[in-house]
Amino acid sequence: MQKDTTSIELISCGKTFKDGTRALEKINLNINGGETIVLLGPSGCGKTTLLRIIAGLEEPDEGGKIIFNKENVTDLQIEKRNVGMVFQSYALFPNMNVKENIGYGLKVRKLDKNKIDDRVSEMLEMMHINDLSLRRIDQLSGGQRQRVALARAIAVRPRVLLLDEPLTALDAILRDRLRVEIDSLLRSLGITAIYVTHDQSEAMALGDRIVVMSDGKISQIGTPRDIYYHPQNEFVADFIGTVNRILGSDIKKLDSLEGKELLFRPEDIEIVEKKYSHLTGVVKASFFLGEKTRLIVNYNAGEQLSLEGRYKKEYVIGSEIHLRFNVDSLIILPN
Amino acid sequence: MKYYDYPKLFVLALPVAIFFVTFFIVPMVQLAIVGASGDSGVSSYFTIVNTPRHFESMLATLLLSIAVTFTALVISTTAGLFLVRNIFPGKEIVLSILTFPLAFPGVVIGFLIIMLAGRQGLIGLVTKALLGEKTVFAYSMLGLFFGYLYFSIPRVILTIMAAAEKLDKSLEEAAKSLGAPPFRIVIDIIIPALKPGLIASGAICFATSMGAFGTAFTLATNIDVLPMTIYTEFTLNANIAGAASLSIVLGLVTWIALFISRSLSGQTIAVSG
Repeated sequence: MQKDTTSIELISCGKTFKDGTRALEKINLNINGGETIVLLGPSGCGKTTLLRIIAGLEEPDEGGKIIFNKENVTDLQIEKRNVGMVFQSYALFPNMNVKENIGYGLKVRKLDKNKIDDRVSEMLEMMHINDLSLRRIDQLSGGQRQRVALARAIAVRPRVLLLDEPLTALDAILRDRLRVEIDSLLRSLGITAIYVTHDQSEAMALGDRIVVMSDGKISQIGTPRDIYYHPQNEFVADFIGTVNRILGSDIKKLDSLEGKELLFRPEDIEIVEKKYSHLTGVVKASFFLGEKTRLIVNYNAGEQLSLEGRYKKEYVIGSEIHLRFNVDSLIILPN
Repeated sequence: MKYYDYPKLFVLALPVAIFFVTFFIVPMVQLAIVGASGDSGVSSYFTIVNTPRHFESMLATLLLSIAVTFTALVISTTAGLFLVRNIFPGKEIVLSILTFPLAFPGVVIGFLIIMLAGRQGLIGLVTKALLGEKTVFAYSMLGLFFGYLYFSIPRVILTIMAAAEKLDKSLEEAAKSLGAPPFRIVIDIIIPALKPGLIASGAICFATSMGAFGTAFTLATNIDVLPMTIYTEFTLNANIAGAASLSIVLGLVTWIALFISRSLSGQTIAVSG
């Protein structure tokens, strides 16, 4: 649908608020046209501030630059940047019905009425909310509201779509369903999208690339696989998925790893017979989760590991267990 | 609730019923009866239409109250939004000073207007020095207008500020992101969101202006607003029936205006002050 995609370049964009709070260190970031970038991090990490800087709702500190397709938009107000924005609180106008909400951006652009109607119908169709067009906002459910908010944001054919935790206020089932819809919507539009979330599974599912942030800094940028299998630092390793830590010296038969701290995911360790094992531990707890079982295992008198797999056998608490690592998937963090 | 527990409901409703009958129904009926007890009987209620002096004073009061209400709303909305959204040194002091005129009786406000725009007033002195001619408007409709505005603004501004604090900032940001220029945001987002507050405080302002007496008593030497007309009929002309019927009409007109604004807003409006 949209072929001329917009790339975004952030050069040295930091943000210090008037009260002296440093929300964002100076950040450089390149976003390719048509790419979906997810800004992921715990609350207070600066991800929303970064999104608001891209939107034009906040100005970067002196020296920061925002480039849309080689055009410097740093001094351009949000209303001139032609970005679509979706808010966590939906931010639908309560004094307008669904149709008027979706058509608002077109109305302020002074498009003629027929064009607005056509475009609004197209949006209602695309978001599967045809039958809601005349409803008031307070008559809509959370999921319906978010669909209207999305329709309103893309109705103006923005250069960039910015989504600020759009699914956080929804319940789990709806969140999953809308996540799939947003994913296919972004792919079909081919629009450059920046998606802010603190939910790692949302980030993994939606992002072409993920920007993991902490304390106002970028911790790592990479594809979901990169981030999961090759975390560059402790923060990323801990924030994405569950990670186990073990000292190389605790592992038998793997002398080359002596003295190093190794990280591994719960699914990268197998239960084996004693003669093949790297490590022996005692089952401390067992959680049957349906598609998999999670075991908490104690070793070395007090150290703890968590492992996951499709174990047919039930492991009794207190029983001895022999473990073998998938050596290729051990993560050694760069210093 | 499927059924009502009538005895209990009766007991609970009793205090409000007593209050309503004693302080509203009885005096109102009394006033209405007195209004119809004069020489002209029930037709005294139509003096407001028949007597040009009464009709003019009704019209003047209505127009004055409407003008005061709209001006107070415009000034207070602008000032209220500014005060809610900006932090500056001395803000707390400004806020407390704003409510200062609330304590003044109408007479004091009239006195202030005389000091400002009366024969020896500040404006008169300045215009005499500059233009050679004294500008005096304290005793005219304009003087009343400023006096009423002076005591209306604090009432309105506090309600508007309370409403403005609850404004959802993300609505404005969403409108901006959709390309709306500032004046459209005011028209499409801010005013609709403040509407209940505007109507509520506008209603209070209107009702107070319709019935204001102290300021009018101090200033209205050449003009008649309805409360003054009622006073004149009552004390000077000893026309008790006429005064009573005018009071009922004043009450009714104000009530109708508030009823209309209440149905426009679709919310309960607390009329106080």
